[in-house]
Amino acid sequence: MPKIDGAIVVDVNRCKGCNLCVVACPTHTLSLTTKEVNHKGYHYCEDTGGGCIGCASCAIVCPDACITVYKKRTE
Amino acid sequence: MTNKEIISSENLVYAKPELMNDNTMHYCPGCSHGVVHKLVAEVIAEMEMTEKTIGISPVGCAVFAYKYIDIDWQEAAHGRAPALATACKRLWPDRLVFTYQGDGDLACIGTGETIHALNRGENITMIFINNAIYGMTGGQMAPTTLIGQKTATCPYGRDVHLHGYPLKITEIAAMLDGTAYVTRQSVQNVAAIKKAKKAIRHAFENSMQGKGSNLIEIVSTCSSGWKLSPEKANKWMEENMFAYYPMGDLKDVK
Repeated sequence: MPKIDGAIVVDVNRCKGCNLCVVACPTHTLSLTTKEVNHKGYHYCEDTGGGCIGCASCAIVCPDACITVYKKRTE
Repeated sequence: MTNKEIISSENLVYAKPELMNDNTMHYCPGCSHGVVHKLVAEVIAEMEMTEKTIGISPVGCAVFAYKYIDIDWQEAAHGRAPALATACKRLWPDRLVFTYQGDGDLACIGTGETIHALNRGENITMIFINNAIYGMTGGQMAPTTLIGQKTATCPYGRDVHLHGYPLKITEIAAMLDGTAYVTRQSVQNVAAIKKAKKAIRHAFENSMQGKGSNLIEIVSTCSSGWKLSPEKANKWMEENMFAYYPMGDLKDVK
């Protein structure tokens, strides 16, 4: 059974913490930071669940284009 | 598998559109403008029209659109974007010309320009961001504000007897003989965003084929003006806006 692993890279200082990516993520992998803030003072999104499947839903709905998505298939 | 093994260029699925530069957008968190900017940038790159596109930016929140997408832009006076687009398209018929306007710009101050440019069948595309409010100036009532919706200038809700009815300018555009493609879309989730992107592509292709004018209304959120979180604003839009502004193509001339 092939397995698909995904990973995201967040441009932290571009993120405005709108939370739309967290809502869009089907595997509930994303969340906003609770303590750390970026240089504009926003809580930014990060991959905390580790269940990313590389579907890119988060990046597609992100209004600030701060998420890059990668996906790898393994047999 | 660790993230380090996955993160490499051959595994790339989605990245910031190449035409979008590194300037941080001034829009509020969760604003629909950013998503539509991305779609416009993606479609222009996919059509390989980067060097041949002229965008007309409006007055309103999208006034700085020229700072974020690396194509040629002109800045129009308030509401006059369709007139400027007409001039650009007539002088350079081989260019892809589009305007990017909000509801206060396209459906209020620029109603005359909008309707006449559409009626003349100018080969341009108008992207119309309808968030039912004047976002930039502090959330005042717009012609598209819903009945009963509270804004800074109608704090008790829009009253039909006092303020009239919300203007469905997209329905008006569909009645005009000059229009080739009139549609209403939204960008609140992945499926809607993919549909909106197809609509933008179709409109841009129509304008290059000389089929007539194209209007794409994008029902959007204004979380700051509506005083809701981005997530709740999307929900409010689905529950209230979609009933008055139904999604779908209103006109598509083959």
